[in-house]
Amino acid sequence: MDNVDKEPSMLKQKEMIGAHFDRLAEAPAQGKKVVYTFVPGNLTELLLSFDVLPVYPEINALQSAMRKRSGDFISEAERIGHSEDVCTYVKCDIGMKRSGNIGPTGKPIPKPDLLLLSYTGCFTFLKWFELLREEYDCPVVLLHTPYQADGEITPSMREYMVRQIRSEVIPALEKLTGRAYDEDRLRECLELSRQAEDDMVHVLESAQNRPSPIDAYFGGVFYIGPMFTAFRGTKAAVDYYAMLKQEVDARIARGEGPITPDGPMGPEKYRLVVEGPPNWTHFREFWRMFSEEGAVVVASTYTKVGGVFDFGFRHDPNDPLGTLADYCMGCYTNRSLPQRVEMLASYAKKFSADGILVNSVKSCNSFSAGQLVILREVEKRTGIAGGFIETDLVDARYFSAANVKNRIESYLQMIEQKRSGKTEEVRA
Amino acid sequence: MVDAKQTVTEIVARADALYHDLEFGAVKRWKETHPGGKVIGCLPTYAPRELAHAAGMLPVYLRGAGDQVEIIRGDAYFQSYICQLPRGMIELALSGRLDSFDGFLFPAICDVIRNLSGIWQLHFPDKLARYLDIPQNFDVEVGGRFYAEELRRLLTDFEQLSGQKVSDDALRHSIGVYNTHRRVIQNLMDLRSEKPWLVPADETYLVLRAGDVLPVEEHIEMIKQYLQSVVELERPMRDHSRVVVSGAFCEQPPLGLIRTLERAGCYIVWDDMTISARFIAGDVSTSGDPCVALARAFIEQGVESASVYSCKKKKGSELCETVRKAGAQGVIFAAPSFCDPALLDQPMLQTALDQESIPWTAFKYAENLGQFQVIREQAGTFSDSIRLWGA
Repeated sequence: MDNVDKEPSMLKQKEMIGAHFDRLAEAPAQGKKVVYTFVPGNLTELLLSFDVLPVYPEINALQSAMRKRSGDFISEAERIGHSEDVCTYVKCDIGMKRSGNIGPTGKPIPKPDLLLLSYTGCFTFLKWFELLREEYDCPVVLLHTPYQADGEITPSMREYMVRQIRSEVIPALEKLTGRAYDEDRLRECLELSRQAEDDMVHVLESAQNRPSPIDAYFGGVFYIGPMFTAFRGTKAAVDYYAMLKQEVDARIARGEGPITPDGPMGPEKYRLVVEGPPNWTHFREFWRMFSEEGAVVVASTYTKVGGVFDFGFRHDPNDPLGTLADYCMGCYTNRSLPQRVEMLASYAKKFSADGILVNSVKSCNSFSAGQLVILREVEKRTGIAGGFIETDLVDARYFSAANVKNRIESYLQMIEQKRSGKTEEVRA
Repeated sequence: MVDAKQTVTEIVARADALYHDLEFGAVKRWKETHPGGKVIGCLPTYAPRELAHAAGMLPVYLRGAGDQVEIIRGDAYFQSYICQLPRGMIELALSGRLDSFDGFLFPAICDVIRNLSGIWQLHFPDKLARYLDIPQNFDVEVGGRFYAEELRRLLTDFEQLSGQKVSDDALRHSIGVYNTHRRVIQNLMDLRSEKPWLVPADETYLVLRAGDVLPVEEHIEMIKQYLQSVVELERPMRDHSRVVVSGAFCEQPPLGLIRTLERAGCYIVWDDMTISARFIAGDVSTSGDPCVALARAFIEQGVESASVYSCKKKKGSELCETVRKAGAQGVIFAAPSFCDPALLDQPMLQTALDQESIPWTAFKYAENLGQFQVIREQAGTFSDSIRLWGA
């Protein structure tokens, strides 16, 4: 969004992220410990309570893609034997490490002192950290998050999670930092999380307005940034979301739509629900394919990948370890396909959507396997038009701009036809 | 000698017929002879079949549609970058070939099989579709406790499906039966690594795959008879190299590919194609709480697998050990296209082999692959190179 006037929250987020990467770059000199972990099912509050700095390899990968660096990193990984078939986040990360591990601000990202493998909703995470373990000489602690296969969290699942956190994750952090587990400190972080979560949900739910003041997919990925990464559980995140909420409320009051990379969006013509992660290599171009057509995304599942908060869950300071367990198990990709269908169908209704569009990425089987079934089920249940496009996360070879644009335009025409059909029916 | 030859021929012919029968005639016949009996289809890689057996059910491993069924409807369910096995499963189900199955078990192996369980829940609501979360935490008091509880929940589901309450004694008996099964399979594996010319790769494969569908007691007898007879045969020892095949633990290579490897000059002395029945090494305890015993065996005796987080040893050390124990000269990595677990594992395993100067080669396949010439040339060159130069 370099070409448009930035709102204060955008500037604040940029400043927060920049400061985090500065802290990371200075960590070895400052004697700060660095923990690599994943976005889904992250234990950020617990890490902060130990005063360690988290690094999220997926974030590094997507930022590399946005800076057009991922292609080289992926090539490097494939050169050393990684298959062209597998997750490009992994290859981008391995290639980035082999190329000096320079972060998005141009400063080096330090080696991990601990790999916290939060295995939540994505099998590839296991392999990813097995691979990183080979790269770095540091301990690994695993947190296995059971899958909500039957659409529920059983007491046994919760107990398993809590036991892992208590008997493995916390001791690993205590050993790493030389500090004792401080539950009061954790409660404070969880309380700050809860406050920020309230405001973030308010922002995401604002898309029920017409016009929607936000784009809940392309804009949404910026809104979830602090919440899903190093800032949940901090005062900075609380302030950021309060500021964002104010801005969004002001846009609602003025009857304005979302701000896109090209400035305020024109008249809202289509309201879409999107399933699946975005493409990062052509992020702006991809967004523009929608915004130029007046298509706004009013709800997305990708913005739930690091936590589902819009169905009532909030971190609970009164049950610190149990709430971390519930949070991890509730993340979007840890939910069964019937739950995902249910969620999408509810979004279609709640946000008065004209259609549901799946962006199926080659790299992510956790999201992608079954998406065609999900699409048909949601269409069947809601009656709205379904569309399907294919791209990838960070491998530009799988983003065919002309093809994607064609499909989006055809899809929007289909929605238009469906509307005229309905109008004709009403007239008749 | 004549009898032995005939016995082997008959056993292999029977196993071959079972392998090729994707109408699952054996399952239907079992149901005819077991009125009211229930059949549970188990996806790869490892399913605790003891639970189904104890509930009077027939557990059957399902491994896609192979190269025998044209995938028409299955392709409409998955994008081009998803592996072949789930397409085959959908095709089998939608074509009615799985109608005689009463339930399906989807063990945690990868995101595709995991999500396939959800497709089953949505599409076949009248059948049990059960996902089994295997523990990735290997502390008996943490992961073991969780898994034992998962097994109890699964057992309850099986009891409901079969209408048969399972006592601890009944489950211990089933564990004992499967212990025997594991032992006879190990005997076959031992013979294979000692005298691979006696037990050709395709025969071994077919005989082991027969265990996917036969009742375990029948399969034990089949292996025993095969072993007794095959050692009496005079089969020529060829100037082949000895290889381990790794990466084919889920979607299976076509039979033609397995034959191709041997014809190209490779004796397969160990593989993970049939790892399901060998997932737990050694006996499971038949004393104490049987679910705890099964959980403990998984934690403590489970083999290295791409579907399981590797924390016990350095990645690849178990493969190197397998190579040494089996007296293999090299490793062929044969992985299905788009198989995340196998393909993400490969660079780590290859590094481990390199560090021990164990030669390897790698290719990908799909279960419906029809052309083997390129693989034959690759495997032949690999075999020649390790026989002539050791690498």
